[in-house]
Amino acid sequence: MRLQATRRRRQAWFRRVVVGVVGLFFALPLVAMVEFTTRAPGGGRSLDTWTTLFDLSAVDRDYPELKTGLIASAGLAVLTVVIMLVLLVPTMTWVRLRLPGMRRTIEFICLLPLTIPAIVLVVGLAPVYAWVTYFLGESSIWLCFAYVVLVLPYAYRALDAGLSAIDVKTLAEAARSLGASWFTVMWKVILPNIRTAVLLAAFLSVALVLGEFTIASLLNRDNLQVAINLLGKRNASISIAVSFAALLIAFLVLFAMSFVGNGRRLRRVRRSKES
Amino acid sequence: MSTHLASVRDDAATKGVGVRLTDLRRTYGTVRALDGLTLSIEPGELVALLGPSGCGKTTALRVLAGLEDADGGRVEVGGRDITAVPTNKRDMGMVFQAYSLFPHMTTRQNVEFGLQLRGVAGARRRARATEMLELVGLETQADRYAHQLSGGQQQRVALARALAIAPQVLLLDEPLSALDAKVRVQLREEIRRIQLEVGTTTLFVTHDQEEALAIADRVGVMRSGNLEQLAAPRELYARPATAFVADFVGLTNRLAATVESGRAHVLGASVPLLPGSAQSGAASVLIRPEALAVTEDSNGTATVVSSSFLGSLGRVTARTDGGETVLAQIDNAAVTGFSPGDRVTITPRPDAALAVSAD
Repeated sequence: MRLQATRRRRQAWFRRVVVGVVGLFFALPLVAMVEFTTRAPGGGRSLDTWTTLFDLSAVDRDYPELKTGLIASAGLAVLTVVIMLVLLVPTMTWVRLRLPGMRRTIEFICLLPLTIPAIVLVVGLAPVYAWVTYFLGESSIWLCFAYVVLVLPYAYRALDAGLSAIDVKTLAEAARSLGASWFTVMWKVILPNIRTAVLLAAFLSVALVLGEFTIASLLNRDNLQVAINLLGKRNASISIAVSFAALLIAFLVLFAMSFVGNGRRLRRVRRSKES
Repeated sequence: MSTHLASVRDDAATKGVGVRLTDLRRTYGTVRALDGLTLSIEPGELVALLGPSGCGKTTALRVLAGLEDADGGRVEVGGRDITAVPTNKRDMGMVFQAYSLFPHMTTRQNVEFGLQLRGVAGARRRARATEMLELVGLETQADRYAHQLSGGQQQRVALARALAIAPQVLLLDEPLSALDAKVRVQLREEIRRIQLEVGTTTLFVTHDQEEALAIADRVGVMRSGNLEQLAAPRELYARPATAFVADFVGLTNRLAATVESGRAHVLGASVPLLPGSAQSGAASVLIRPEALAVTEDSNGTATVVSSSFLGSLGRVTARTDGGETVLAQIDNAAVTGFSPGDRVTITPRPDAALAVSAD
């Protein structure tokens, strides 16, 4: 008994040490960022950088590229998520329903971007974007096409896990036999049952789009990371503060999303317990 | 309860359409799942399709539901050709083998789903859902989710959901196979009660012969994509049209015999044969265990190998002097009189033997 208790204590300590080391690994750069952005010119501490960052008119006036980049990235995130979901959810559902033999091929295609370095991807995308510019204009928002390709592996994995957790075929056939159109099957039966997977895919896509630099920079487009990079050359402190804020926002979005998912589930459980 | 029954009977009055499948063909690669299947179901009738795995029974049901396209043939419901009509326009209710309740909806919402799609107004929809839940005895579970129901309850809700839309045809695709034996028996009786009450023409697919014989008006035995025999349960059992049907439905003894002018010489007796039997020469005769009488006889031609008491009946297994094993089903009281090693005479009952050629 005493031996077991000692072992348990040791394991508990080991767990704490591992969590501590990992926590330190993630926290140190963040602490360094905060430390750097609160340095005063003559030594000591100052919140000047942060007050500037939250003064929207000052940001607009002094750092217009930041506003442009932020708007472009926000638009790109939304558009990428929408195109990705419209493209992937019906395709993956259809493959499960009608073309199960194609599942491995679709998986291979979706995972392919993971194996191609961004720089190589740009080489292929450059001539494509010459045509995109020709037909749709030079706006950075059209980077969404490249970004949809980029987020495919992550979104595919998340959605695949969601679809695997339900019996897509039976649910779809049950809904069809009751008179549902394919749109109704997707909207009222499949999507509500893979909501968490859709949220996860959306979040991963947003995180990826907000952090993307290589493709935007090499294709001479604007986004948040390109703006931060430019800013870093003019005002390193503001650049780091923006990076930190972007990271914090990403964390908050993740937290909010998991809260939304849990909240719905908890409400459902509570309702059924009351009944 | 009375209001819902009145409403259900109104449905029954307007329901009960005939179904006709003509020369249906469906191939998967090199496998012929349906090989010219032709089947007619009378209005309000419950037909069970029975057969071994891969015989095409589920494919036939799925083609009728529109979930599979036939390579050839015709599907008619109420005299209307619906071969090219999509599933969601066929007006058929279906209960699946796998649990198919929508997990994000309550029991009531599941039942209301089809009505909502048909634009039925809120109050009427709720009233209809309540009627259907009462019909399957689950009105108290209306606010529960699928994961809070047992397997049997889930299938009953699926049945209520399928019937809520007052379908022209009800399709049951092995709805009881995932349930335990006791629930299966209860639910199959409930399905039959509800089907008689509602009067909806029903196609029931199962691999369980007891299930099919217990609830169907007629049973169709399928083999290699086609019907071997379609008949009332009693007729199917007593007068199997082919050796396959005799073998597949119920227990059967297969004994060597000589056939001559419509009679078989088997177990030392001469018995008349069922229609469709081989007419002459060496043959195998198929006889049900309950069509054999066993009497103790020191000069008999068989020896008891074992006897077992099975509650409501008894079984005796004996070996003939010719080396054949014979299973006989006898009265439960009489079975205790037989012990291994006893010499017995086994006599076939007339009109119970089907002869097939010995090859």
